[in-house]
Amino acid sequence: MKKISGAEAIIRCLISEDVDVLFGYPGGAIMPVYDELYKFQKELNHVLVRHEQGATHAAQGYARSSGKVGVAIATSGPGATNLVTGIADAQIDSTPMVCITGQVASYLLGSDAFQETDIIGISTPVTKWNYQITKASEISEVISKAFYIAKSGRPGPVLIDITKDAQFDMIEGFEYKKCINIRSYTPTPKFDKSVILDAVKLINKSKKPLIVWGQGVILGNAEPEFKDFVEKSGIPAAWTILGVSAISTNHELNVGMVGMHGNYGPNVLTNQCDLLIAIGMRFDDRVTGDLKSYAKQAKIIHFEIDPAEVDKNVKVELAVIGDVKQTLKEILPHVKKRKHVSWVNNFRELNKIEFDKVIDQEYNKQHGGLSMAEVIKSINENTDGNSILVTDVGQHQMVACRYMNFNKSKSNITSGGLGTMGFALPAALGAKIGDPEREVIAVIGDGGFQMTIQELGTIFQTSSAVKIVILNNEYLGMVRQWQQLFFDKRYASTEMTNPDFVTISKGYFIDSKRVSKRKDLNSSIKQMLSHDGPYLLEVCVEKEDNVFPMIPSGSSVSDIRLE
Amino acid sequence: MKKTTYTISIYTENNVGLLNRVSQIFLKRHINIVSITSSESEIPDIFRFVIVVNVSKEQVAKLVKQIEKQIEVISVFYHTDKQTIFLETALYKVKSSSLFEEKQIQNIIKDSRANIVTVKPAFFVIEKTGWRSETEDLYEKLKPYGLLQFVRSGRISVTKKSMEISKILNNK
Repeated sequence: MKKISGAEAIIRCLISEDVDVLFGYPGGAIMPVYDELYKFQKELNHVLVRHEQGATHAAQGYARSSGKVGVAIATSGPGATNLVTGIADAQIDSTPMVCITGQVASYLLGSDAFQETDIIGISTPVTKWNYQITKASEISEVISKAFYIAKSGRPGPVLIDITKDAQFDMIEGFEYKKCINIRSYTPTPKFDKSVILDAVKLINKSKKPLIVWGQGVILGNAEPEFKDFVEKSGIPAAWTILGVSAISTNHELNVGMVGMHGNYGPNVLTNQCDLLIAIGMRFDDRVTGDLKSYAKQAKIIHFEIDPAEVDKNVKVELAVIGDVKQTLKEILPHVKKRKHVSWVNNFRELNKIEFDKVIDQEYNKQHGGLSMAEVIKSINENTDGNSILVTDVGQHQMVACRYMNFNKSKSNITSGGLGTMGFALPAALGAKIGDPEREVIAVIGDGGFQMTIQELGTIFQTSSAVKIVILNNEYLGMVRQWQQLFFDKRYASTEMTNPDFVTISKGYFIDSKRVSKRKDLNSSIKQMLSHDGPYLLEVCVEKEDNVFPMIPSGSSVSDIRLE
Repeated sequence: MKKTTYTISIYTENNVGLLNRVSQIFLKRHINIVSITSSESEIPDIFRFVIVVNVSKEQVAKLVKQIEKQIEVISVFYHTDKQTIFLETALYKVKSSSLFEEKQIQNIIKDSRANIVTVKPAFFVIEKTGWRSETEDLYEKLKPYGLLQFVRSGRISVTKKSMEISKILNNK
């Protein structure tokens, strides 16, 4: 029987899992695998990033635009530790990802060998599962488990560490069986019919119900079931930042974003509704504000796949545990067709106040420096709502997610739970590779851009037609905003003296332009979008603008400030 | 929030690194582990951790869910002291001379229902199995005679109600 190396077995496993691209960086302890990648170039595309952190964010972007598992690969030691930020980000945002790291030979483990780190120990708190392979014979079974765990149930990152000798060792009779069951793991708990009926009772008799949905709807591919539920029940629905795009922005029952920089209506009315229906979301503190005054008047139903999320932050009346695609489908025939006209109007009225005080002034700004909102407006006017928005972390993120028009699911890719600056540039590259037909627009602040700026090299090398918009206010804007509001304007280390981003971009052979005047904005956005290939547009925006509405940290959602 | 002593029993697969995965859940929440023991359970290849913590009811429920969520954890239970029968074992190493010179020490051993495990020319070892208060009581009584070494195990426990873990496993 033909013998193959452990390294070849790894590649064959990946191909069997329909992996078509890897994001990675070579090094000593992973060289046998790279040697095989050389032989399998036709089957497996390898994207050489410029830093391993970029590999994880690119894999995340890929996973979130394609719905498939993203794969990142790195060597031992620093290669492996550089993955950790992306792994933590994928863990908190439930992104399916498999990371493969090389490790020193098994006989050197624990000897502080060159480029040895205990990546299993380091990654344990931030992985859904991890495992160290020391024998080539384990490869097939472990990798199939890794993919099964990463994508099933509540998705998450898995790290597989493979010693160099396991990559070199020869094995006989390689075969790959997809994992379909692990006895100690229940990815999708079965739902209970009686709970469905209890939920129906609460929903049908509620007078002022509010839906808050999260990314679970998208991860569960439950967009059609969700839309049917919203439309039949007539219940106003608000989104968390990772949930947006599950239904379109201009849907009549989409009442906006909840949370710290969410919309006025859904935040205020969270504390007036009589029933809060949480769907695939986890009551993050940025969503709830002060828990002691969060929706205390309301009964809460929680549709959730992960039992550990139930009652974690907010005590609920009823938990509908299970896959939302199934539970929503199950509930639909029992839900009364209703319209909550005056209740929905309450949201519109409050959102109108926000429009007059905040939105109109920044979105339709006429004078003074450019606002971030105007840039998103121009993007909206020049796209059909079908492009993918990738954002970094900070003011620009809140503005872009608030104002962007979405017509299609899987269109908003951002670092939500972890708030990882530097996420957007590599994630945009991954998103473009994951769904090449769609326009990918990365909106990034000047601070976060410089955290992973080197990935411009990857974008250039792969000729990925990513459109990059830098909203440059020469500040770490969100931190500066907090310093202004809560630290008496002591702007400690938030002002940035920036390089010339256009020149840098040109150095990477990426076409680029800077715009600072209102009259040039729209034509510049048009020029960027019509450009064939990657493009970087730097927009110099007002330096000290703030993001409102805002729920100050530790305040109640209903104490949201408009100024 | 009122804190209570809970015994958490965790049934897991027998894999390298699982202790780390379980203990990080306590670390992440800044919860101190009072005692921990681990060994193969009544079912071959399935391990059982017994972890004692002093937390609120709400905290223990959340901890258990987070532990249960780990891929290789099969089942987790938690019980109050009233719901379980639990014991710890302690070993006391004492100078052999005191066994012969201080007659009182033999009475202490007898009264505490402890056992002498071994007697060597230089030292002898006493074993006592029981509640924490009992092993502590014996410790205090032996202290004046010069304890050379003292060690106490973590808690082991069984529930008063039947738990039928094999049945639970078969349903998985």
